[in-house]
Amino acid sequence: MFSTDILIGVSLIYVAFLFAVAFLAERANQRGRAKWLRSPLTYTLSLSVYCTAWTFYGAVGFAARSGLEFLTIYLGPTGVLIGWWWVLRRLVRIGRAERITSIADLISSRFGKSTSLGWIVTVLAVIGTTPYIALQLQSVTLSLAVFGQGDGAVNVNADATALWVAAGLAVFTIVFGTRNLDVNERHSGVVMAIAVEAVVKLLALLAVGVFVVWGLAGGIGPTLNLIDTSPIADWSVPTGRWIGLTFLSAAAFLCLPRMYQVLVVENSDERHLATAGWAFPFYLLLMSLFVVPIAVVGLKMMPAGANPDLFVLTLPLSAGQNELAVFAFLGGFSSATSMVIVAAIALSTMVSNHIVTPIWLRAAGEGATVSGDIRSVVILSRRLSIAAILGLGYVYYRLSGGGAALAAIGLISFAGVAQVLPVMLGGIFWRGATRIGAAAGLIAGFLVWAYTMFLPSVGTGMFLSDSILNNGLFGLHWLKPRALFGISDLDPVLHAVFWSLLINTLVFVIGSLLTNPTPLERMQAFQFITAFDSGASPRSWRSGAAESEDLLLMAQRILGATEAQKLFRRFAQDQGIEGYLPSPTPAFLDDLERALAGSVGSATAHAMVGQMVAGSAVTVEDLMAVADETAQIMEYSHQLETKSAELTSTATQLRDANEKLMQLSVQKDAFLSQISHELRTPMTSIRSFSEILQDKGLKAADRVKYATIISDETQRLTRLLDDLLDLSVLENGQVTLNIETGTLGQVLDQALAATDIKGQVTVLRPKSRESLSITTDLDRLAQVVINLITNAAKYCDAVKPQLKILARETDTGIEVDFIDNGSGVPRGKRDLIFEKFARISDEAKAGSAGLGLAICREIMTNLGGSIEYLPGQKGAAFRLRLPHQPTV
Amino acid sequence: MTKHILLIEDEPNIIEAITFILLRKGIKVDAHSNGASALETVKSTNPDAVILDVMLPNRSGFDILQDIREDTDFAEIPVMMLTARGQTKDRERAMELGATAYMTKPFSNSDVIEAITALLEGA
Repeated sequence: MFSTDILIGVSLIYVAFLFAVAFLAERANQRGRAKWLRSPLTYTLSLSVYCTAWTFYGAVGFAARSGLEFLTIYLGPTGVLIGWWWVLRRLVRIGRAERITSIADLISSRFGKSTSLGWIVTVLAVIGTTPYIALQLQSVTLSLAVFGQGDGAVNVNADATALWVAAGLAVFTIVFGTRNLDVNERHSGVVMAIAVEAVVKLLALLAVGVFVVWGLAGGIGPTLNLIDTSPIADWSVPTGRWIGLTFLSAAAFLCLPRMYQVLVVENSDERHLATAGWAFPFYLLLMSLFVVPIAVVGLKMMPAGANPDLFVLTLPLSAGQNELAVFAFLGGFSSATSMVIVAAIALSTMVSNHIVTPIWLRAAGEGATVSGDIRSVVILSRRLSIAAILGLGYVYYRLSGGGAALAAIGLISFAGVAQVLPVMLGGIFWRGATRIGAAAGLIAGFLVWAYTMFLPSVGTGMFLSDSILNNGLFGLHWLKPRALFGISDLDPVLHAVFWSLLINTLVFVIGSLLTNPTPLERMQAFQFITAFDSGASPRSWRSGAAESEDLLLMAQRILGATEAQKLFRRFAQDQGIEGYLPSPTPAFLDDLERALAGSVGSATAHAMVGQMVAGSAVTVEDLMAVADETAQIMEYSHQLETKSAELTSTATQLRDANEKLMQLSVQKDAFLSQISHELRTPMTSIRSFSEILQDKGLKAADRVKYATIISDETQRLTRLLDDLLDLSVLENGQVTLNIETGTLGQVLDQALAATDIKGQVTVLRPKSRESLSITTDLDRLAQVVINLITNAAKYCDAVKPQLKILARETDTGIEVDFIDNGSGVPRGKRDLIFEKFARISDEAKAGSAGLGLAICREIMTNLGGSIEYLPGQKGAAFRLRLPHQPTV
Repeated sequence: MTKHILLIEDEPNIIEAITFILLRKGIKVDAHSNGASALETVKSTNPDAVILDVMLPNRSGFDILQDIREDTDFAEIPVMMLTARGQTKDRERAMELGATAYMTKPFSNSDVIEAITALLEGA
């Protein structure tokens, strides 16, 4: 008959063609040459994602099984477009004004930007759409199998085919649905491809219809006769089921994520709705035109037991019309792919915006808003979501075994997403709807739907056991999934829709009445419900019994006496009245309200004037508006306060930083001057005496004396440079410590050996503590001790200078005191002595640049200890502290 | 008549060097090494010129210069600043305060002799 390979080839070429269309449209849109892209016709055609493979193949099967009932699927949307266009217009306007990106966003946004509601609707939508995606995979697989049957060779592996189709669709959707992030979530390329597919599926179905009527049945007359004699032409209409199904498809048309995507999100101009209002029902009419003839002819001509869902394909094939069959296949393929692509885009937006991003933001913490890489996270999460959604569809396809009839699966999905309807309508029309009510209603409706419809559909034994199905949950008969509360004679679909929506609505309404909305919810409710009020002057005043004097009193309270009287005098003059009391005409009241609104906000002004004017009581709405306004003002002023506090603290920080910098700069200058001075001083002596030494007539004794001075000064210079280097290494913490354990006596021996203080000072050692054990850099510690001993030798002004060394062990380490018997360091200079170049004695003593104690302090810090001046002793006293173990 | 100058400087070796080179030129040098009582020494020794260091203990050379200039008896006495501070702003400050000459350390002996001779001749 026909090679599947060729069919797959044709499909691939068709997909490539769609890629090209989407790509070109997207490019044209980017270059701004896309007027035709945004035409009402494209918009109308894009709505055809409503017509999925279910409509394409399934409608015939539906007709073959239940007669004209299939029409309800078309009547629902038609009814919405014609009778409920005002609901659509409101949805579109709110969607555009509030930048709504999905149905989950709509609900979450309306109820105070609730994260949890967005989450609930998203989960609901994913679960509700999964069977539908499975259905599309099934239809493509089935239709491929139809061609494969004749091959006689290898049987097409249905599961593998479905997997390949799912993967292919995921790739297409990812490529065109997530190429970039648009603030409006619009996808011009995809929309164009969908519009092209809409044309293909319509033409394919019409072509098959024309062939069936004129090619197989032999014209209109014979076809009508065939219909009349056919068993399905029982024109009786079961009213309940009709109303139920029409309502269900209308609800689905409004609530399906993919419909919201094309209806609202991709809508570029509100006026397109007007065109779609008649054009889309017309499109549906054409789609349904040949459904009954194909069903009737198929039932008559095809062998008994042939699947009526596939008549669109099998009729042309059986007549040898292979090309037509391929065309029909492409039509079905288009129906399936367009639905899956748009649904995947819509769902991925929801999943990433309402589930992944909030979680990621919470996990990433505050850094996320700063780092700016949220964009890539969003795109990645969309891509993964798309893959996951198609994966779920595939899993459902495998679980349901491809068994259920197409139409049945479609209805399950419809009923699932229809659970959003009460909350959606309540949200845009009912001010009293609250977040908690909405969440409760959604969850209740969803649970009932899952229990009565979704879980039974997967098959018994999977989730619901036979005993639950037949005897009810916990054995309670009134909880039987298909006969809640004992009502068993209802059609199963109707039963599920009725109970789920009824319970949903009741819980929603009761929950809303029992809870109070938050201020943010009130504000959002106001925005959503008054979407059409803005701009128009809503309420004008009837001249009532208000006394101008009362009005003046009120105005004075708000505007101040002078301002109010000036205003009233002007009004009076305008009315040609002497004095300052104009008559309270409606025009005056309007003007007054406007003047007051400038001070207290429009809602408050309206409420105040209303209170004064008899006959116009303040309504609850007015009070709510006042509350909203106050909340808004409070929010605003809170933001201002935060901002201003932030500014103040930033300014303080800047000032502090600046001061620190200035101090550092001053310190640096002083330091450099000091170094310069300390270096130049010995150099001066060296240079001067070198020149003197060059004189020939110098006495030998002077020569020796001056050469000695040069040598001493050179050593002083070297020492200074050594100290500076040492200090810089210590300050930068680059010092390498050589930690050893020794005794205090050892350190003192080392220090005394290195100093030349014979006769200058007597050192009294701590005899009983000489064996005190010390673990630290012993050489560095000795350096500190040398400094302290040298200082005592230099500066101790006692007649018999003595330096007493005392040591003790404390809880945290050891303490060693160095106390001399001189006059000590003057009180005011004790802080200064540890600074660089802080030499405080009157006379310069060769060899001291004033770095000694600064180096000591740095060494002690590096060793994890400290050095401090010890007040209250007779002479100069220093205390060293060292930890038992070095901290480094 | 022998000229004599007052050297206000806290470095013993520099005092020794300057004293030595000026004495060889027949100029007598008195030395004073503390900032605190410098003006008193100027008054008591009444020199023909002053050589003044800046970084002195207790009182800076700039302040001493100011003290000297504010004293009517010494408002015109030649004062040479001899200092390790070589930055332009230090030199400018010294000139503003009324220094007659400014020389930075380390110096060449001949420059010092030359400058002092010029100061003494100008006086």
